Amino acid sequence: MSKPQFKTDLPVLLPAGIRKQHDNFRIRLWHGVALFAFCLFSSGYVFAVEDGAQASALATLVKWIPLLLSGFIFNIVISFCAMALGTFVGTILGLGQISLMPAVKGSSWFVTQFFRNAPWLVLLFFAMFLLPFEFDLGFVVIPFPDWVKAIIGLSLPVMANVSEVVRGAIASLPSGQWEAAESLAYTRRQTLWLIILPQCVKRMLPPWMNLYSILTMATVLASVVGVSEVMTLTGEALAAEGGRTDLLAPFYSFVLLIFFLYCYPIARYTVYLEKKFAVKN
Amino acid sequence: MNWTPDQPMVSIKDVHKAFGDFEVLKGVSFDVMKGEVICIIGPSGSGKSTLIRCINALNDIQQGSILVEGQEVNDPNLDKLELRKKVGMVFQQYNLFPHKTALQNIMMAPIRVLKRDKKETEELARQLIRKVRLEGKEDSYPGELSGGQQQRVAIARSLAMKPDIMLFDEVTAALDPETVGEVLLTIKELAQDGMTCILVTHEMGFAREVADHIYFTDKGLIIEHGPPKTFFDKAKDPRTKEFLSQIL
Repeated sequence: MSKPQFKTDLPVLLPAGIRKQHDNFRIRLWHGVALFAFCLFSSGYVFAVEDGAQASALATLVKWIPLLLSGFIFNIVISFCAMALGTFVGTILGLGQISLMPAVKGSSWFVTQFFRNAPWLVLLFFAMFLLPFEFDLGFVVIPFPDWVKAIIGLSLPVMANVSEVVRGAIASLPSGQWEAAESLAYTRRQTLWLIILPQCVKRMLPPWMNLYSILTMATVLASVVGVSEVMTLTGEALAAEGGRTDLLAPFYSFVLLIFFLYCYPIARYTVYLEKKFAVKN
Repeated sequence: MNWTPDQPMVSIKDVHKAFGDFEVLKGVSFDVMKGEVICIIGPSGSGKSTLIRCINALNDIQQGSILVEGQEVNDPNLDKLELRKKVGMVFQQYNLFPHKTALQNIMMAPIRVLKRDKKETEELARQLIRKVRLEGKEDSYPGELSGGQQQRVAIARSLAMKPDIMLFDEVTAALDPETVGEVLLTIKELAQDGMTCILVTHEMGFAREVADHIYFTDKGLIIEHGPPKTFFDKAKDPRTKEFLSQIL
């Protein structure tokens, strides 16, 4: 097949397939690898300049990798829990936003807007310092460690965003679906659970995964409040090595790389799902 | 109030309806007897669709009375669900549930709303599929069906509730010319079976053939009405004449 010869300045006149290929700024896997290589190279350069009496930067990094990875797993655990909690509460809040009761609708809207427009770090601090370190129920004392508080703190913005995703997905369905259900004598609750929400799941999946990606990257905020996740451990490892400046670049590059390797596939899969659902509808 | 079949099945009296300041219906009245087929025609924006959407309380009215089998629709304490079990409706845009197959679309309401037995309902649904001539399409999703096929599933879905009255809101307006026929045939058979039907339509030939009575609306009022023969051949009102001359 010959290259199509569309000579036009108007992008709308181009076939859809051709228009989409102009995505020159898409991040590809090799960008991440190149970034990592560059950081390693520059750290090697710094090392060469300094005195050769210490262990090489790379060898030191390798020594600490198991600890850093265990910290990263903790990040993932936090992200999973915060996502689960945020999705659960956020879905309820999102349904509250379409409630026919003005009080429920209004308060759900307010809570959603309030937490959606608050900085994540502030919400994290908020959760850290407002929640007690343990709950005394009289007969049993439930400890409330920092990482649980971090999960709650991070789940607040997730909750607010999920609430908007749910509300938006419901609003995006044609009103004919509601009318058809109404004319078949479904109750409002039946309409929602049998007809509206099943159709929304598809529409909600891409933004929901996108949100998860953002949340995962935000879990490092927990280091600011002292949870021993990967950033905290990296700092501690660097301190244990006596604050060698040549270690900064390789260590933080490593943290960047593992986040990239974890989040990038999710982002690609989200794009894939978006395209798939866009065509089907 | 006890309703008996010799009384009008639907009795509309002096119905007024406004969206904000815009008065869509300015006092419409007519009766529909059991087994009758009524066609409402008229220019767009004349309130036809609004009128039939009032009959199953999808739209509320500000003034007047709509009695369906003796039950007042314009009543704040109306049990809308009970009303809608008796009144089926088919829409211009089919509005099938895209995540369910044709058969599931038909079976869902009887099972979930009327709490009917699943097996009996499936049997009924398969019968209805045959009735609308869609054998073999039971397991197709709406997205895999043509507009005409989807509309026939929508008719079957509505019939599965065993309604006493069927409302058709411009059901062929969104269809390709070649699929209009199959949908009209289905409605015609329904009418011949004795179903009470109220149709809003632009298909004049069809209206002439199946309707027992035709109402012409313009600007929220019924301008003229009569049996198809007298209506189409001996229209008196100048607006009716003008409309018919443009369409026929």
